[in-house]
Amino acid sequence: MPKTDLLHEAPDTAALASSPGRGNTGGSSAGLSAGRAGRGNRRFGPDSLKGIIVKIVLLGLVDALAVYVLMMLFLSQSWAALAVSSLVVLAINWIYLRKGGLPAKYLAPGVLFLLVFQVLVVFFSGYIAFTNYGDGHNSTKDDAIAAIQLTAQKRVPDSPAYKASVLTKDNSFYLLFTDPSGKVQLGSNGEPLADAPGAGKDSTGKANSLPGYETLAFQEIVASQQEILKITVPVSDNPADGTLRTADGSSAYQFKPALSFDAATDTFTDTETGAVYRDNGKGAFADDNGQTLSTGWKIDVGMDNFARAFTDPSLRGPLLGVIIWTFTFSVASVALTFVLGLFLATTFNREDLRGKKVYRILMILPYAFPAFLSGLVWSGILNPEFGWLNQTLLGGANIGWLTDPFLAKISVLVVNLWLGFPYMFLVCTGALQSLPTELDEAARMDGASAWRVFRSIKLPLLLVSVAPLLISSFAFNFNNFNVIYMLTGGGPRFADTDRDIGATDILITLVYKVAFGQGTGRDYGLASALAIIIFIIVATISAISFKQTKALEDVN
Amino acid sequence: MKVHNTLATQTSRRVFATGAISVVAALALSACGGSASSAPGSAAAKPDLKAAGAGTITMWVDAERSPALKDITEKFKTDTGIEVKLVVKDFAAVRDDFITQVPTGKGPDLIVGPHDWIGKFVQNGVIAPVELGDKAAGFQDSSIKAMSYNGAVYGVPYAVENIALLRNTAIVDAKASTFEDVVANGKKAVAEGKSTFPFLVGMDPKQGDPYHLYPLQSSLGSQVFGKNADGGYDAKQLLIGDAAGVEFAKKLAAWGDAGEKIINSNITGDIAKEKFLAGESPYFLTGPWNVPDVQKKGIKFAVDELPAAGGSAAQPFIGVNGFFISAKSANALATNEFVTNYLTSEAAQDSMYKAGGRPPALKASFEKAASDPVVAAFGKIGATGVPMPAIPEMSAVWADWGATELAIIKGQADPAEAWTKMAASIKAKIGG
Repeated sequence: MPKTDLLHEAPDTAALASSPGRGNTGGSSAGLSAGRAGRGNRRFGPDSLKGIIVKIVLLGLVDALAVYVLMMLFLSQSWAALAVSSLVVLAINWIYLRKGGLPAKYLAPGVLFLLVFQVLVVFFSGYIAFTNYGDGHNSTKDDAIAAIQLTAQKRVPDSPAYKASVLTKDNSFYLLFTDPSGKVQLGSNGEPLADAPGAGKDSTGKANSLPGYETLAFQEIVASQQEILKITVPVSDNPADGTLRTADGSSAYQFKPALSFDAATDTFTDTETGAVYRDNGKGAFADDNGQTLSTGWKIDVGMDNFARAFTDPSLRGPLLGVIIWTFTFSVASVALTFVLGLFLATTFNREDLRGKKVYRILMILPYAFPAFLSGLVWSGILNPEFGWLNQTLLGGANIGWLTDPFLAKISVLVVNLWLGFPYMFLVCTGALQSLPTELDEAARMDGASAWRVFRSIKLPLLLVSVAPLLISSFAFNFNNFNVIYMLTGGGPRFADTDRDIGATDILITLVYKVAFGQGTGRDYGLASALAIIIFIIVATISAISFKQTKALEDVN
Repeated sequence: MKVHNTLATQTSRRVFATGAISVVAALALSACGGSASSAPGSAAAKPDLKAAGAGTITMWVDAERSPALKDITEKFKTDTGIEVKLVVKDFAAVRDDFITQVPTGKGPDLIVGPHDWIGKFVQNGVIAPVELGDKAAGFQDSSIKAMSYNGAVYGVPYAVENIALLRNTAIVDAKASTFEDVVANGKKAVAEGKSTFPFLVGMDPKQGDPYHLYPLQSSLGSQVFGKNADGGYDAKQLLIGDAAGVEFAKKLAAWGDAGEKIINSNITGDIAKEKFLAGESPYFLTGPWNVPDVQKKGIKFAVDELPAAGGSAAQPFIGVNGFFISAKSANALATNEFVTNYLTSEAAQDSMYKAGGRPPALKASFEKAASDPVVAAFGKIGATGVPMPAIPEMSAVWADWGATELAIIKGQADPAEAWTKMAASIKAKIGG
């Protein structure tokens, strides 16, 4: 499909790899609504009994699913999603249960899927562009604080390992500890260890019962795990000795937090050095030297990501080169594939050509392979020393087809030509066959040469139907991730940047590398901002180009 | 006719409406019932685990490891009544999926993966430490060291992996003690027409392969990061750019395309394997994952210690696979029980070895597996290795490191200059 949906496709290789080939037109929404077309068979007459039954069953299924979803949302207390979903369910029922309003009945499923899978995703990407979402800023502040507290719990060095049993009395929980020497002590949340005389032991020497208390079996422990995991038993009155906790209900260890959190001042304090970590306003806790704690949280950063796209020196330098190459690549790809496709289509359109079908099938083969697979195969063919091209065709030459910056660009274009011409061939063949033959004959009667007929009659007529496809092909190639990523991975690398950006990187691979690349960790915020910039570029060019094609139609 | 149809329509609608209402009512009632029974569960005699949301543990695994875990999960279910749901995920995406899913509360309780994910996981606050207590002593030191991060253990290891030098004994019959000897033997074999390539190691045509070259680098005394007091890597001590590193860069240029062609930038991992299987080289620097194919091909080979090119020991990076617990597991206690008391068992570690062929991390299981001389040899070499750095800063190192090594091997850059520039670039990324 023409890639106006680049925002969500951008960061996801799997989606990119599986996205249908170049320039498939025909939206998915049409297909979806077609599935519902069997419903109202006569346009304005009353529904037939069969129609009503089908309608009830289908709507019943949809509603059953909807009720299930709404219940799950209710249970997980997602109120906003619940409200929106309820409205959608009501709207669907209203559309299909009322009389008339046939267009809405056809359009509703498609529009719904469009909203969910396209519009929502686009808006979500837009939102991400204004946050610092990425590695180290992965969730909410509460989550970050919980994670820091969790990882700050360090086992007291050389402390003994205790065996533990969970007991209960008057609806509160107690832990019964047996230390390595066999000494038995009892404790509960916040209450220090106390001796527990009269404890019963099992065969391994682990204390497992105490008069007046009830021992919990494993299932009971698991059922109340949230409370039991929270039990921290101070080892003594001295906080430096740490606290005892159990993670599995059968063993306990002495822990001491390396950092303590003060909710009132919203700060972490290092229990050893006394360093204080404060919220630095950038989604992390930092001390006075700017040293941050490892886990941060997601915050809104306004236009920062857009500013960074243009000011970050490691991005700014290569960005211009990447933009120029992206344009060169997409324009050249469209031009080359169109010229070759048109040439072959014209050639194979001769009526007296034998075995036309065989040739046509052969022509379409490159189109039938997944692009990412072809990319990998070509990358092997073009290997300087072991590749088939250098070794067999060029007699053992050592030409760096993918490693020299200039040759790599040529290689990418050639491979993309190989991948892309079948589409143009198909499109042009179809368009040529729909041209009226009388025009051709009339021109020939007037004494026009074949070239003249092609130039003045066929090509202008062809462009009317093909021009919009050229624009969509441009938009597709502008974001042609597969061929670049699988063939060169964007390389060879530029020497003048820290980032893993190279001579054949186009904007979309750059975005991918920023979001998922190994360079500096994932940065969804910056990647979304870049994706929005790409969207603006592609949308602008497409809009202008579509205006231009109107002029083509006027000619005729 | 028309009247009949309208009637039918009306009746059907009424039936439908009644049906829908009753369904909603039934579901709503059952929901209330569900939540009502789980509320007062604290001291109830027969707690319903499912109602408390603790009936299952969800674990993300890849297709290869899933069958190996069947037995131990069944044992856990018989013992405790808790089911471990093994969800098979695409290994390439599982790390990032885990990081994005855990904060939403929809992530799994448990995940399998290599230890160098820990840094990213901790940075994103998605995993919880695991206290192994005395059980830690049963594991190989290197595996526990690899699982330790910021002074705490974050995972239960089950396999240790490292590379070694495979030698085709039909071409070179004696073990070499230094890399110079390896090079000399390889060249001799080429000169005598017994092979085509003196030495094989796979290079990614885009990224190079610092992982495979690291033993050579470390044998010249060059390391990536220094270590802090607790033995973990310290991002503030970036050592890669020191004099030893530059020395390695110079050697790399000498071994590279413009020099002796010992390390060939055009030989990818696949080509290297293919050539070794074809008997075209006496040496292949690789991991245990390529051994089954070599055995299948019937090539007689030995697993040699890594050759040192300089004065220090050639230390390979070791990669440790293990199990990690989600920081937001709703069933943390049962998950901890499963991880610390079941997955650490000999039976579990044995069965993971049988399925994956990776040398076990549990000493008892390793000793059993070491009856296979190949496993024993890899294990012995692994004992000298260092854990691959797990700190998040490491991800800033790989890209620069690989690309620079590749450029040096290709002879496109002055080794000393490129190496120093690389170190500066890495430092800038880590610092900023």
